[in-house]
Amino acid sequence: MPRSAHRSHRAVGLGAVVLLALSACSPSGSSSGPGAQDVSGTVTVFAAASLKESFTELGRRFEKEHPGVRVTFNFSGSDSLAAGINNGAPADVFAAASARTMKLVTDEGHTAGSPRTFVRNRLQIATEPGNPHRIDSLRDLSAPGRKVVLCDRTVPCGAAARTALTAAGVELTPVSYEQDVKSALTKVELKEADAAVVYRTDVRAAGDKVEGVEFPESAEAVNDYPIARLENAPNPSGATAFVELVRSEEGREVLGEAGFLKP
Amino acid sequence: MPKHPETLPGPAGAMPGPGSGPGPEGLDARLVVDRGSFHLDVALTAAPGDVVALLGPNGAGKTTALRALAGLAPLTAGHLRLDGADLHRTPPESRPVGVVFQDYLLFPHLTALDNVAFGPRCRGAGKAEARARAAAWLDRMGLSEHAGARPRHLSGGQAQRVALARALATHPRLLLLDEPLAALDARTRLEVRARLRRHLAAFEAVAVLVTHDPLDAMVLADRLVVVERGRIVQEGTPSDIARHPRTEYIAQLVGLNLYRGQGDGHTVRLDAGPAVSTTEDLSGPVFVAFPPGAVTLHRDRPTGSSARNLWRCAVAGLETHGDQIRAELTGELSLAADLTTVAAAELDLHPGAPVWAAVKATQTHAYPA
Amino acid sequence: MTTGAETPRKARPRPPGRGVPLALLAPALVGLAFLLVPLLALLLRAPWRSLPEQLTSPEVWEALRLSLFCATAATALSLVVGVPLAWLLARTDFPGRGLLRALVTLPLVLPPVVGGVALLLALGRNGVVGQWLDAWFGVTLPFTTAGVVLAETFVAMPFLVISVEGTLRAADPRFEEAAATLGASRFTAFRRVTLPLIAPGIAAGAVLAWARALGEFGATITFAGNFPGRTQTMPLAVYLALQNDPAAAIALSLVLLAVSIAVLAGLRDRWMRTV
Repeated sequence: MPRSAHRSHRAVGLGAVVLLALSACSPSGSSSGPGAQDVSGTVTVFAAASLKESFTELGRRFEKEHPGVRVTFNFSGSDSLAAGINNGAPADVFAAASARTMKLVTDEGHTAGSPRTFVRNRLQIATEPGNPHRIDSLRDLSAPGRKVVLCDRTVPCGAAARTALTAAGVELTPVSYEQDVKSALTKVELKEADAAVVYRTDVRAAGDKVEGVEFPESAEAVNDYPIARLENAPNPSGATAFVELVRSEEGREVLGEAGFLKP
Repeated sequence: MPKHPETLPGPAGAMPGPGSGPGPEGLDARLVVDRGSFHLDVALTAAPGDVVALLGPNGAGKTTALRALAGLAPLTAGHLRLDGADLHRTPPESRPVGVVFQDYLLFPHLTALDNVAFGPRCRGAGKAEARARAAAWLDRMGLSEHAGARPRHLSGGQAQRVALARALATHPRLLLLDEPLAALDARTRLEVRARLRRHLAAFEAVAVLVTHDPLDAMVLADRLVVVERGRIVQEGTPSDIARHPRTEYIAQLVGLNLYRGQGDGHTVRLDAGPAVSTTEDLSGPVFVAFPPGAVTLHRDRPTGSSARNLWRCAVAGLETHGDQIRAELTGELSLAADLTTVAAAELDLHPGAPVWAAVKATQTHAYPA
Repeated sequence: MTTGAETPRKARPRPPGRGVPLALLAPALVGLAFLLVPLLALLLRAPWRSLPEQLTSPEVWEALRLSLFCATAATALSLVVGVPLAWLLARTDFPGRGLLRALVTLPLVLPPVVGGVALLLALGRNGVVGQWLDAWFGVTLPFTTAGVVLAETFVAMPFLVISVEGTLRAADPRFEEAAATLGASRFTAFRRVTLPLIAPGIAAGAVLAWARALGEFGATITFAGNFPGRTQTMPLAVYLALQNDPAAAIALSLVLLAVSIAVLAGLRDRWMRTV
């Protein structure tokens, strides 16, 4: 039956992996070419919080393709992840939500090779379901009595929103500058705010609790998501394999479903 | 110092209305309190001017009775009338009752003056007026120079007087004192007791005091109510109770040997065994009492003695009692005997020593039980 | 004599020849170091050179002013409702009192962010109570300074209630009875006798609550959001500065630290001497 056949196949595969891993012991692994065969152990991925859903799915697929390998994630704000890596946190891969945060790590020489942009993200206006306040543009946000939340300028979505607002020539006083994109979205989900300027991936992840409104100025504030293998990666081959999966057609498909745009 | 503070000027009003009722003046109460295994059932009546002492061993329910009178412990049943007004359901703050607590409970954050002014303030007096009244009370208590002192800087006797002034300053129709002298050392006690006696004698309404000390009770009160295990076992004037104790506890308190027996002419057959000759001629159940000082002790059986009551005993214990020695005896009859230290030395008394105890019939006192 | 009053305590001279046992001293020093080294590190790594420039920015003073105002208002609010609540828990008996007491202390263990979300669900524009506030009075609390005060009160009040309730339990309830026999209603007895007696406990509780409110972050940012001058308190400013300007964050932290130490020391001298 398929099940038992699958199991025996897996057993063979495991044996092969062990053999290959043993034979791969003497030459240095860092320069070894990519390939599913020599991946083993645990791959530790530090990724921006907005990547949570899609990277979790990719991790599941990676573990399926490489039996016996485990992928562990640390999803958090890109800034704190970068700080962690610079302070010696043991990570194999870093996927950041902005070029600026990735630069914090490359400047310290902690990446192996140059980072590659794997997706881009654009802003959307998140409104209550059905868009009861008829918000169709950034300008509508500045209407009197509208309660709008933005991300704080210190976090990427805040910086991007500011760029877009400037491009649109809109003066906007929000009720709050939220500490991250998820809190901004939560305020709309709880109907405490009428609208928030967030990433389209966040709108997509929130399902039917919010409604996304596109606006042209979002083109002025596109966010690049770079990914890189880290210099001090405990599992370099695993890191390489995971980065390849993320940048593969399969990876782009998963990320596209989450609302990310191709680079 | 004036002995009749109540006659001094100052508004006596600002008190809730009892006294206006048609009923008799004074206290009329039956206090029933049930608390698990403890059951109190005490009837108390007193006329204005009476000082009643609730006397009894620890745990007898005296303090519970006092708390019930003050409204601090709810009555399970019974009634409580003061000057004709029913206080049964009246909360403590609305009762015309003043309390001197055992450890006074002076408010530590207030001066002596403000402690005394507290009551008048709560009963509606203005700040200045309450303070003036408090100052007058402290003056009567001889405490004027301590008016500004906090309780922790007062001596025990001074604190007791402040507590009394505080209780009297609301012009209560019922004054309650819980062990008013218990917190004092022996020397202060003597002086405070005499002073308290004068104040109570001058008090125009009903005063009820609780004590386990018979001397306090007898000195301070006109009438004693002896409570044991939640019940009244005897009441009467101090001299009446001293002469006719009806329980072991009272007899011990007043320093008497007390026995219960059956009267048969001039002989009483004691429940405890031997018979006692008396001068009274009684029949039926009776009490026989004689003071320890009436007992004479002998090493050998006395011959030709006029004492007809003679028992063979052994010394169970000895203790010094002032300049006398009290011997606790067991044997044919258990009794206490007082003798001088010289006599005790001559008899070579020591625990376990055999002695003969004799009491003249004229020294005994028998009365119906 | 025993009037129930405390006798003044005097510092007793230490008995000679009684050293501190090593088994206590060693862990005590470890504990001390654990608490002090991070503070020391903050001082060592502080950007002293740019500090004057950091501290002259109006945003810092705005955040500090808002922090002090909100913490003080939250403490006042906690006193007004928390002391009576403590009295209720300590001096009355009713079914479910134990459970109520446990619920009151819940904000002590609840992550403050969760507290903030709970406040949104209760008092938010669309909340269980908040929708009526909005509909009847046109009052919305999120994103307002009042919202900051409420969030801080929610987190800080349990400290006050627990502290005052403990003091009340230790205080002799017979003083209230004595007051009653003098004609004081239960409220008068509470106000004129109990309250002054437990004042040191209330002061200690208020200081605890104030300190907790001053450092409050999670519930505040969740319920009241973050807007300079209106809801951005010092902890929020520190957190956001930390994202891209750690030096500024350290500078802000130093200001908060200095102010809170100054205030606590001042209070201790003034009315916490007996605590």
